[in-house]
Amino acid sequence: MRKDCLGKLLAAIVIIIAVFAMFIEPLALSIRQGLDLQGGTHVVLEAEDTPTAQVNDDAMERVIRIMEKRVNELGLAEPIVQRQGARRIIVELPGVKDPDKAIAVIGKTAMLEFQDEDGNTVLTGTDLKEAHEQTDQQGQNLVGLEFTDEGGKKFAELTMNNVGRRIAILLDGEVLTAPNVKEAITGGKAVITGQRTLQEAHELAILLRSGALPVKVNIIETRTVGPSLGQDSKDKSVFAFAIGLGAVILFMAGFYRLSGIIADISLMAYVILLLAILKLLDATLTLPGVAGIILSIGMAVDANVLIFEHFKEEFLSGKSLRLSMDAGFKRAFTTIFDSNITTIIASIVLFCFGTGSIRGFAITLGLGVVLSMFTAITLTQYMVKNMIAANVFTNPKIYGINELPEEGEVNKRDK
Amino acid sequence: MTSKERFEALDNRFDIMRRSKIWFAISLLIIIPGIFSMFTNGFNFGIDFTGGTIIDMKFEQKVTLGQVREVLNEYNLGNATIQLSGDESAVESSNAVMIRTVDLEENERKAVMASLKEEIGDYTVLREEKVGATIGSELIMNAVMATVISWILIIAYVSYRFEWRFGVSAVLALVHDILVVLSIFSFTQKQVDSSFVAAVLTVIGYSINDTIVIFDRIRENLRLHFRKGTDLYKLANRSIYQTLTRSLYTVFTCLFTTFALYWFGGDTTKDFAFALIIGFFSGCYSSIFIASPLWVIFRTAAEKKKHAPKPAAE
Repeated sequence: MRKDCLGKLLAAIVIIIAVFAMFIEPLALSIRQGLDLQGGTHVVLEAEDTPTAQVNDDAMERVIRIMEKRVNELGLAEPIVQRQGARRIIVELPGVKDPDKAIAVIGKTAMLEFQDEDGNTVLTGTDLKEAHEQTDQQGQNLVGLEFTDEGGKKFAELTMNNVGRRIAILLDGEVLTAPNVKEAITGGKAVITGQRTLQEAHELAILLRSGALPVKVNIIETRTVGPSLGQDSKDKSVFAFAIGLGAVILFMAGFYRLSGIIADISLMAYVILLLAILKLLDATLTLPGVAGIILSIGMAVDANVLIFEHFKEEFLSGKSLRLSMDAGFKRAFTTIFDSNITTIIASIVLFCFGTGSIRGFAITLGLGVVLSMFTAITLTQYMVKNMIAANVFTNPKIYGINELPEEGEVNKRDK
Repeated sequence: MTSKERFEALDNRFDIMRRSKIWFAISLLIIIPGIFSMFTNGFNFGIDFTGGTIIDMKFEQKVTLGQVREVLNEYNLGNATIQLSGDESAVESSNAVMIRTVDLEENERKAVMASLKEEIGDYTVLREEKVGATIGSELIMNAVMATVISWILIIAYVSYRFEWRFGVSAVLALVHDILVVLSIFSFTQKQVDSSFVAAVLTVIGYSINDTIVIFDRIRENLRLHFRKGTDLYKLANRSIYQTLTRSLYTVFTCLFTTFALYWFGGDTTKDFAFALIIGFFSGCYSSIFIASPLWVIFRTAAEKKKHAPKPAAE
């Protein structure tokens, strides 16, 4: 019996189990959750060519900047605005209280125009410096505008030339208000009345502050998951995860005994590593991503199974436990490598062609395969070698070998 | 028993390779009606593919199909699908209602939802999705592209590491698995959405992995035991039995986790897990009963050509 090897084995087991028990929950909860788990709204916008405005990179970048402004003003924790492909933008609004309002704010072009009675546009949204919602003395909700220097001059000119007539303020071609001009306004300030609520005034102010979109943008996809459904999905996933992991652990321990328990310990390390890397990559965990993690647990033990089967075969051919395990690892390695590379190819293709949550799934799947290879080759190997070297467990049944090599080929020392 | 005797003793087991016609027939028994069903019944495509709007809501009191239908009719949404979810499929009234319609504009959807609140009662929205029709056709294109590209890459890799006959056999087994999954989804009319695409690609990853492990063993046995005139049927059969425990254990552990997902996971991943369950069964079956016999048939034909140039005499 070698105490140092036994010590190393026990230390590895204790450390992994302790880390697993301590960190699994806080780690899993600290990874950013997708909208399908925490609730929220996902919007896909697509820019469209119009005779006056063509979609190009420059326009798309401006749209993104404007979207970021609008979304930031909604006051959410971690909104995401992301370009996808040539003319699409993804907006994610986690935990948004009123998805309809948010979608309305995002989807507006917000082209502000000041027109005279003949329909000539004199000022546009680009002449604005500031816009804020306010309530006047009569309790009327309105949006206060402040023009740039040049805008102020244009506005003064417009009002001067139109005393006694109407001017119109339009948003996206719709008349917001059409006040009568009583006198020239030179202060560079104006108000837009006609807002029913302060909230409505607030939203208009956001739109005006962030500016008009340079191209026409359509909403082509929206997905909203309510917080209760998200929580429900989360609870169920955690439960399925526990059941799946438990079943695999029992199965391995039942069929491979002590070797199986070593594989189970490696599996725990695998789960922790997978979560830690997802956390490091700042990945977003979606429902398909969680499904991928649960699924990968079933696949991750495969490398261990391959090693143990090769080990069994080598042992039955008459080698000692130690030599069988060495040969088993060596032979299993090519098999594991070739079979896993093909799975990795499939997940890379999935990543390249998938979108959104499917990508999350591809990442967990691909990462899972690589990590399961890693833990089997390093951790399982380390623990099993020390277990055999400790020379405490010499009965092959402990390693899940139920038949015995016959004839005189058996290494007597192991018997 | 020496390892050589042990290896040869595998011949006493049930001969899988020489019964390949039976295995192919079993698969065709699923796939041919499946293809027929794909053309006649098609698939139950989700809004990811067709475009449309889904509203999943929970009313404060129980509602009936008729109540919801009445409101939708006001908006000419007579052909909308309405589903009440409850413990039984035949529930007459339920709190949870799922409505699926054509792609609604923002204000249209808001109007419908306002009417539902006004005429039926208050509710909370569980889920709300709107997908434009153009996205669906893109999704199909991407899925087909992804599948075909993964096949090409897999054939290339396997041909490089093994030989091309292994690559072609493995991919034919993959085609088999996909056809089986598609057949079952057409029979059962379970929903095909973007997570289905992910499931199919996972099945591809699993099935190829499973096949390669057997092929790896055949490759090893070829190196150790192959000489002119070796019975490839026997060799493949032995290889399958040598790897059988692993094939079974791995499909078990994978099925444990997928069944856990199917039974205990959320409703949204149920069909996804179902596709995986079918795919794992099929993938495990095809590695043993489709891919390996195909390789034997290809390789035997090649050997015959090489060693017997005269016209084949039985």
